[in-house]
Amino acid sequence: MSDLLKFDLLSASIALKNKEFSSLELTNAYFEAIEQTSALGAYLEIVKDHSINMAKASDKNFKNGTARPLEGLPIGVKDMFCTKNIKTTASSKILENFCPTYESTVTQNLWDDGAVMLGKLSCDEFAMGSSNETAAKGNVVNPWLKNSKMSPGGSSGGSASAVAARSALAATGTDTGGSIRQPAAFCGITGLKPTYGRCSRWGIVAFSSSLDQAGPLTRTVSDAALMLNSMAGHDKKDSTSANLEMPDLMNYLDRGIRGKKIGIPKEYTQDGISDDIVTFYEKSINWLKESGAEILPVSLPHTKYALPVYYIIAPAEASSNLARYDGVRYGKRNEAASLDEMYEVTRGNGFGEEVKRRIMIGTYVLSSGYYDAYYLKAQKVRRLIKEDFDNVFEEVDYILTPSTPTTSFELGKKQDPLTMYLNDIFTVPASLAGLPGISLPVGLDKSGLPIGIQLIANSFDEPGLIRTARVLERNAEFNFIADGAAK
Amino acid sequence: MNESINLKPGQINGETGIWEMVIGLEIHAQILSKSKLFSGASASFGAEANSNVSLVDAAMPGMLPVINEFCVEQAVKTGLALNAKINNVSIFDRKNYFYADLPQGYQISQFTKPIVGEGEIIIDLDDGLQTTIGIERLHLEQDAGKSLHDQHPSKSYIDLNRTGVALMEIVSKPDIRSPQEAGAYVKKIRSILRYVGACDGNMEEGSLRADCNVSVRKSGEEFGTRCEIKNLNSVRFIIQAIQSEAERQVEILEDGGKINQETRLFDTSTGETRSMRSKEDAHDYRYFPDPDLLPLEFSDSWVQKIRETLPELPDLLKKRLVTDFSITPYDASILVEEKDYVDFYEKAANGKDGKLTANWMITELFGALKKENISLSNSPISPENLGQLIALISDGTISGKIAKDVFAEMMISKKSPSDIVKEKGLEQVSDDTEILKLIDKVISENEDKVKDYLCGKDKLFGFFVGQVMKLSQGKANPGIVNKLLKEKLK
Repeated sequence: MSDLLKFDLLSASIALKNKEFSSLELTNAYFEAIEQTSALGAYLEIVKDHSINMAKASDKNFKNGTARPLEGLPIGVKDMFCTKNIKTTASSKILENFCPTYESTVTQNLWDDGAVMLGKLSCDEFAMGSSNETAAKGNVVNPWLKNSKMSPGGSSGGSASAVAARSALAATGTDTGGSIRQPAAFCGITGLKPTYGRCSRWGIVAFSSSLDQAGPLTRTVSDAALMLNSMAGHDKKDSTSANLEMPDLMNYLDRGIRGKKIGIPKEYTQDGISDDIVTFYEKSINWLKESGAEILPVSLPHTKYALPVYYIIAPAEASSNLARYDGVRYGKRNEAASLDEMYEVTRGNGFGEEVKRRIMIGTYVLSSGYYDAYYLKAQKVRRLIKEDFDNVFEEVDYILTPSTPTTSFELGKKQDPLTMYLNDIFTVPASLAGLPGISLPVGLDKSGLPIGIQLIANSFDEPGLIRTARVLERNAEFNFIADGAAK
Repeated sequence: MNESINLKPGQINGETGIWEMVIGLEIHAQILSKSKLFSGASASFGAEANSNVSLVDAAMPGMLPVINEFCVEQAVKTGLALNAKINNVSIFDRKNYFYADLPQGYQISQFTKPIVGEGEIIIDLDDGLQTTIGIERLHLEQDAGKSLHDQHPSKSYIDLNRTGVALMEIVSKPDIRSPQEAGAYVKKIRSILRYVGACDGNMEEGSLRADCNVSVRKSGEEFGTRCEIKNLNSVRFIIQAIQSEAERQVEILEDGGKINQETRLFDTSTGETRSMRSKEDAHDYRYFPDPDLLPLEFSDSWVQKIRETLPELPDLLKKRLVTDFSITPYDASILVEEKDYVDFYEKAANGKDGKLTANWMITELFGALKKENISLSNSPISPENLGQLIALISDGTISGKIAKDVFAEMMISKKSPSDIVKEKGLEQVSDDTEILKLIDKVISENEDKVKDYLCGKDKLFGFFVGQVMKLSQGKANPGIVNKLLKEKLK
């Protein structure tokens, strides 16, 4: 049975088409893997009966020759995506029994293309966090160095852990400031955050509306391309969704990067980056150079403001987006004598520490008297950050940076919020600029933890991102499997 | 009160002298749209509680607003009718506050960049004068739901049918100086809204509500501190509330007190306003641009297209009626109050005596409809039939007196006047010989009175006319009766 887990999304898809095994067999193999790795805590909900029905339907389609692009491939879904009749909690107590009557556009796209749903994956509460330690149902463990209980990163920690542990063939994630790329880097897998507007936000529990973007967490770059092909697309139900056709990313996998220009931003090489990451960053630069790309130093002068800007805008939007969790219509309610008290106890008990912290920061920066100094100024600086990228993309095609300043850290090793926020220092600028970014594993550090490298492309240049990432992937030959992965 | 002082409307004669009112109005007009501003749910009135609620209205997780383009069009149309600046780029903001009937925890509104900027309208006052009132802005926003506190001893019920319904908030400049002007302003806005079709203006159903900002000052002084009276839903209440609020403020100021800037409610049973919340308790709404919505942008040519669909508006229409139909400005202003009045009138008066048509429509038809409590659109008398009646009067077929009987018959049977006249043989008799026969009969039967008349009792002439008319059963042409009688009795 374990043989089936060796297939990645693309090779499994080919094998299914060649009838080497059935979707039902593959799906069952994943349920065994889920059981085997349950100690990681990646899954909040598994829907076995539903999965088996979907797998059987897929097998029928294979038989009838009507297979769709993702036919029969079992994947996991981050708990931020609303799934019809399947509990969706955003890893929060306040939504602990919430069951949507609707399906998010992105997951619907996946099911429409034949994917099989395994279950819902844990994440930081309302996707706020970088270690998956803010989830109401407890930590998710990184399958790497399984005895040390390392963090899978966050917020898409359950998704990254499950893909790395081979308890899902692939998974969906959402990225607001790095929530796909950072956990992908920590867990030695590929994570792609598309251009803002590429994937519909309809049906995804909102954290920060101007930043949230769905994307795939996969084993390989090809898998990311295959999955994003299905996830992306214009949606009239999301006014910020781009009305742009995305080219078939599978056509860009092996085009190489000869003559392309790669920018190395000087602001991203700073103190506090671990030596091993610096080493692999330099190796990556060389791989690209050897593959025919031209390497150019570039400058993104406003980079240092990205984190403070992010921690004004994201909490501001969150403070408003999370106002709807008030105990009135759905979700958890704590009864009280008056309406105001009911709000206080419901929200006080329903939200965790980090979520409350961000709601308070957000409420503060939007208050009259502080709005201009914080929110308005942050918006202005956000524009400058975007302009930095616009200028650089006049000179180069892609930007290469480390994904994170360090590799994974131990769970429960309490970090203060500010140190925690620094995890996203390399991913946040592209988020603020709405640009697509991908993190892929390029090596292991001395302790045996994966190192991720990030590529950033211009808006809607996912094809370019994929083809460049493929070059890195081929050179890095990252073939390691986490010691905590299903066998 | 000093009786000898002749106060103008909006003036209050206090202990310390004459005060004047400064008034600004915020009108909330529900857009006449089948669906809500940002969701596909029905916006109809009177449905069963919580039956017109979409996932977006209920603020389910992950739901997103999508602008209803029809509502944008209505706002632009209204802006054009208010002679206002149309902003080709506007922004939707979130106004954040917690309340049980506000599912999102914020209202989507427009704060810094509304869809319509400054404009102005002319209002008609009772004394026939007109004055101009400035418009500050018009913006689009969502309505909230409804809380029902009287359905259960300890619980409140929430009805989300109204949640997300599209409203236009029309904000006036503080140009209004009396409760009467405020009333005339609301009537004018209502009329304009109905002309462009953007709002049905139905105040009873809450499609049109006003918040009134009221302050008082001595003539020539700076504006005083204002209070806002919320949610008034009739012109009568608006007038009463402003008057009573201004009097309250004068009393406080003359007692040496200060006005607290606050929000007040009008109690229709006492006719007075009472405090709802003070400025200190005011919400900090934490406005910020809604990241779920792109800026609202449209081109000049799109605005131009909408401009071309605008109907003839009341002010211009009034002028045209006066010129085209030679009616008085007063009659014209009554006829332009409602679009369907004008439409009816123009059909009825087509090729007829415009003045006579206006008289019959305003006095007879409106009177009869009011008495029967029927709206003009359900009038048993069609504009064509009213026009025919006017023609029958004008060409002498029937007299004005007979016309009233025919009119009464038309109200009941819905028949055309010519059919009624034919059936009942009511044609006016204008033939000299026939009338002379009647005159001869009257003279021969009243020889004494003829003598008296010839001896100088002029008043008796009316008696002879009356007798002839009676003999003709009212059908004799009174003009000819007069003429022939005079000749006969020389």
